Amino acid sequence: MNTGIKPKHQRLVLLVIALVALVGAGLLAAWALRNQANYFYLPSEIVAEAPGPDEAVRLGGMVEMGSIDTAEDGVTVQFIVGDGEARVPVSFTGIVPALFVEGSGVVAEGSMGADGTFIATNLLAKHDENYMPRELEGMSTEEVRAEIEATLE
Amino acid sequence: MIAEFGLVALWFAAALAGLQLFAGFLGLREGGEGIAVLARPAALVQALLCGLSFLMLLWLFARTDLSVALVANNSHSAKPMIFKLSGAWGNHEGSMLLWVTVMALAGGLIAFIERRLPERTMLATLGAQAFVALGFYAFLLFASNPFERLAVAPAEGNGLNPLLQDIGLAFHPPTLYFGYVGLSVAFSFVVGALLTRQVTPEFARVMRPWVLGAWVLLTLGIAAGSYWAYYELGWGGWWFWDPVENASLMPWLAATALLHSVSVLAARDALRAWTVMLGVIAFSMSMVGTFLVRSGILTSVHAFAVDPERGSFILALLALNIGGALAIFATRASTVAEGERFSILSREGGLVINNVALSAILGIVLLGTLYPLLTEAFDVRVSVGPPYFNPVGAIFLFPMLLALAIGPLLRWRQDSFARIRRPVIALAVTGVVAVIALWAITGIGILPLLGLALALMVAIGSVLPLRGRSLRRLPLSVWGMVIAHLGVAVTLFGMASDTAFQKERLVAVNVGDVVEVGPWSAQLEAVSPVAGPNWTAIEARLSLRYEGTEVAMANPQARSFWSPPTETSEVALTTRWNGQLYTALGNQAEDGRWQLRLWWKPFVTWIWYGGLLIGLGGVLALLGRVSGDIRRRVADRKIADRRADEAELAAETAS
Repeated sequence: MNTGIKPKHQRLVLLVIALVALVGAGLLAAWALRNQANYFYLPSEIVAEAPGPDEAVRLGGMVEMGSIDTAEDGVTVQFIVGDGEARVPVSFTGIVPALFVEGSGVVAEGSMGADGTFIATNLLAKHDENYMPRELEGMSTEEVRAEIEATLE
Repeated sequence: MIAEFGLVALWFAAALAGLQLFAGFLGLREGGEGIAVLARPAALVQALLCGLSFLMLLWLFARTDLSVALVANNSHSAKPMIFKLSGAWGNHEGSMLLWVTVMALAGGLIAFIERRLPERTMLATLGAQAFVALGFYAFLLFASNPFERLAVAPAEGNGLNPLLQDIGLAFHPPTLYFGYVGLSVAFSFVVGALLTRQVTPEFARVMRPWVLGAWVLLTLGIAAGSYWAYYELGWGGWWFWDPVENASLMPWLAATALLHSVSVLAARDALRAWTVMLGVIAFSMSMVGTFLVRSGILTSVHAFAVDPERGSFILALLALNIGGALAIFATRASTVAEGERFSILSREGGLVINNVALSAILGIVLLGTLYPLLTEAFDVRVSVGPPYFNPVGAIFLFPMLLALAIGPLLRWRQDSFARIRRPVIALAVTGVVAVIALWAITGIGILPLLGLALALMVAIGSVLPLRGRSLRRLPLSVWGMVIAHLGVAVTLFGMASDTAFQKERLVAVNVGDVVEVGPWSAQLEAVSPVAGPNWTAIEARLSLRYEGTEVAMANPQARSFWSPPTETSEVALTTRWNGQLYTALGNQAEDGRWQLRLWWKPFVTWIWYGGLLIGLGGVLALLGRVSGDIRRRVADRKIADRRADEAELAAETAS
């Protein structure tokens, strides 16, 4: 296969292959990012415009006081996440993080079920005093919490 | 006084870096020989001063001197000594001091031993090294002084995040930093070679040990970090595509590409401009990684501080170093003459596929890591995870693995398909049979299916270069290649079989109940409180049976640390040759039952065994190269001596 092509041209062929691969990788990445990125929702946003049941998203808000309920099997928890405007029931099967408590912030990864319950596959809670899930961080959880507490009272 | 002494040593070291910068670059000019002789001593003394400064910090942490802000914020008198010491670099300021120290030590080492390159190239290299170092000195001294005193010393320190109070922390970040710094040395060599127009095979041979060393450390650092996350976070996964993990993966991808292209340059004098470019990219990725982790721009498990000043500082350093290097590249690229030519079907051709695929994966990981930051600027919050990285990365990884299986069989410069037809057909048949058999028997997903088949092909392909060669005479560097490639196959096998065959049980049980998962059955014997030096815990005692025979106990814990108050899950790992049983204890339900998570993970440990093999391959290659260099140096000296003798003899007979 290498007899017919001049060395100069082979160099060019390699360069073209490399460029095509790299540009292809960039385009592929851009396309996949648009489709595969998990969008972040607040309860009021997810109620207003629910994503499809097969679309992986993240839902972030405050765990409502007195809403955590453990099911019969002992490993499924149901609770309500709110942001002061809307309330979304969430169901999660697994070991909840240590700092997952009522009245605290949480980010649930999963998808919206057909019956309006959010099926979480993973829960992210504050790891310690300095750590908070990224989405809540930017939003100033203190404000969110104050707002929610105000609406609860 | 210890803190002040450390700070003064650091200031003097920075001043010497300034001297090294001037000596290096002014020495390049006509008549600059006078100042040029200062470059090497400046680098050496700087290394000593930095080392001293870092020792002072260690001493402060060993004594728990709470009048120093860094110690008060990150340490506690009740901590075990090993964690007091590792606390010295388990924080922003200390880790930056470690970075600068390692960089100074590396600069001192090349100043001391490296005599093969033309002196002008060495001067430019040392100058470039000083330029990069000065930026980090400024960052330390002006924006993150580790020796800052507190006006009033607190009675007790703040402790250290217990997630990080782990032997893994003692070695994981330093290993990665050593790797990053090795790439900074490669970067300096690249700038030196570009400035003095010396992009030659000799330059590649001088740079190669640094790239190899950096690559080995990055490999081991990533493997260790992955294992740490696996057992410490209690989520059972070994790779989360967390931005901090990506920050260490990106320099590794670039270093892997650079390692292969530098070998082409050293052996065949081809891929000159490409190697130089990769040298710049590899260090850029180290800086990007440092920026992502240290700026606090990502708030994830690993990133603790949010401080925009520091972020902007690192970003400015990044722009200055990389922009500068790219500007030099742009102006000097035309002077880098075209290297030796090669046919597409050749060892070089295979390595080009490796390089292109690694660069493509690097681009994919970089885009995926930066995309959430980009969308956040437009107030859209997204996260990017496995559904993006796994399939898109695999599109380039799998062809690269095929090239890995076949490439080492090819000859340099030019080869014919007829010569390698038999092994290639054998490999292809193996792959196809494996895919069909796995698909028919197991019905697993497409990615693990291809992963298992490719692991088999790579394993066979990696040992084929040994065929027909005398194993005792084989150079160490070839052994290194074979073992590292075999390690890739082992790691891939571990990843694919864990993904395809893992079994999970999540239950709430009473004491005395039995849980079955895969070939295992576990009986909860007791749940009791236990206490450690700075924590208390609830511990479960599980007796495990593997296929009916009692084999071991597992004691997973839910730990509570006092300072700062934090809870962690300590999983229990029961290792067999064919996998691991992963047990975690959850919470107690209201009715008194305990939550247990049991995971049977077939061959998961092979992921890290493979990582160790890859690292071992790198070490062997490094030993082979360095001992070869030493032999060559001794031989050169003997030849020179003999020449001198002969000349003397000739002079004597003439007279």
